Amino acid sequence: MGPLVPDIISNEFNFIIAIIVGMGFGFALEQAGFGSTRKLVGLFYGYDFTVLKVFFTAGVTAMVGITALNHFELLDVDIIFINPTFLWAAIIGGLIMGGGFIIGGFCPGTSVVAAASGKIDGWAFVFGAGLGIFAFVEGYPLIKDLMVAENLGDLLVFEMMGISREAFALIMVFVATGAFIGVTMIENKVNNRATQWLKSDITKYSIGIGLAVLVILITVVTPTRGELMNKRIDEKIASGECRPQMMDDDKLAYELMHNYYHFNVVDVRSPEEFKKFHIPTAINIPLEELHKAENISRIVQNIKTNVFYGASYEQSQRACLVSKYHGKADNFALNSTADEFNTNFFLLSGDAPDNKLDNETFVFRKEAAQKLKEIGEAVANLDKPVVKKAKRVQGGCS
Amino acid sequence: MKEAPKKYMNPYLAGFFLGFVLLTTIYVTGRGLGASGAIKSLVVQTVETVAPQHAAATDYYITQKQNNPDGPLKSWLVFEVLGVIIGAFLSAVVSNRVTVKIEKGPGVKNGIRIAAAIFGGALFGFGSQLARGCTSGAALSGMAVMSFGGIITMMSIFGMAYAMAWFFRKLWINKVN
Repeated sequence: MGPLVPDIISNEFNFIIAIIVGMGFGFALEQAGFGSTRKLVGLFYGYDFTVLKVFFTAGVTAMVGITALNHFELLDVDIIFINPTFLWAAIIGGLIMGGGFIIGGFCPGTSVVAAASGKIDGWAFVFGAGLGIFAFVEGYPLIKDLMVAENLGDLLVFEMMGISREAFALIMVFVATGAFIGVTMIENKVNNRATQWLKSDITKYSIGIGLAVLVILITVVTPTRGELMNKRIDEKIASGECRPQMMDDDKLAYELMHNYYHFNVVDVRSPEEFKKFHIPTAINIPLEELHKAENISRIVQNIKTNVFYGASYEQSQRACLVSKYHGKADNFALNSTADEFNTNFFLLSGDAPDNKLDNETFVFRKEAAQKLKEIGEAVANLDKPVVKKAKRVQGGCS
Repeated sequence: MKEAPKKYMNPYLAGFFLGFVLLTTIYVTGRGLGASGAIKSLVVQTVETVAPQHAAATDYYITQKQNNPDGPLKSWLVFEVLGVIIGAFLSAVVSNRVTVKIEKGPGVKNGIRIAAAIFGGALFGFGSQLARGCTSGAALSGMAVMSFGGIITMMSIFGMAYAMAWFFRKLWINKVN
């Protein structure tokens, strides 16, 4: 499903979306008090930790939300923008920004908010940021090497730590909670206030934290749609019911020779294996990706009968059941593997056997191989469905 | 404008709201929020208008032009920051917080505050380009998508600000402990 741009919402309309979410962003920042420079720097002197509270709550909220949306396959995390990691640029840029923060009292987003609510120092900061960016642009040839050094790509922090996305989200919820308790105590101490834990507050915040933990636990406990589907299929295979209809290779060859347009031959092996050899007219959808929405639309259609094959009979059987699971009744599984098909037809050599029955098969297969090749070449560019390749979203701030 | 400014929102509630906005943004557009990128677009546009020969001869502007054939201002972040200005202004209006003033630490002269804001802004602007994002684009959005680089940048920003807080205390707090 998500992200909705560009397939569901067009790139042009995305600009309107930008204004709308920008308004929400600006409203949230202003309501939090981020238009006030003294409130922002309070974090660094201990008298006001609003920044940390807002920032951490926002980060964890979005993080938990993304984890859940990803789990329920509503958001494809493989194509959303992940800030790439250029290690040295990230660290040194961050250090310079830290200096700018304590001297200027804003960050770019908050300075815009301050400016919008009439703060002259906010305007000054925005102006300064423009100068800094101008200096960067003009000095770019000098900084270029540092900018691209130590490129670690779209590195995710939980991968780096060797834990799951859910585990990291859970850790962050607890780190944030600990930080909130700690900074509240420091804040009260600096302001000479007694730290009181009101029962109503404890209840209120516990519910919030509990909800975040609950959402993460639900994603851990419940299976994804793909897992659920595989489990049901496993059960069906184990219980022996629901055998897919089988088709043998001679029958497939015959059908392809005469009515190839009635059949949607699907190779469920990896693209590399597909590239090496595939039955003519076949399309390639790896088994693990078969249940994805964009592939389901290629196998659940009314016109053609699906014939699945793979590297083993189990693969073609499972593919057949996946298709059935999604509502396509007219499926066949090929009862020989891709390699067997190749051996039986295309690698056939030597003289025809004497035995009459074998001889007929041999002649048929020779002929079929030739014909299939021709058909394969003829339809190579005609019959193929348009492959929809999702590209990673371009984003970021630079 | 006689009414007193309203209290700020509970920080956790504001944070939840902000996180929700960020989540919606990522769900709908696949990208996070940002701020410094819009200022960059403005800078590039300004240079292209004021010094077109220079822009045409410098690699950086040429690359920018190739990436944004419709002009630097037709970028997602520029529209988003327009929204930020509108949203922040509306928020300040409903909470009686629109005042033209210079906010500063106790006892700090206006000139010093403005100079510090410009200088701090310049550092922040420079750093944001180096780190490919600022507190919004790299730290907050990066944290939401669990980007390693985003979290490193976040720690560098806040770590450095803490490390330098003591040296710049006179800008913000009156008494030295």
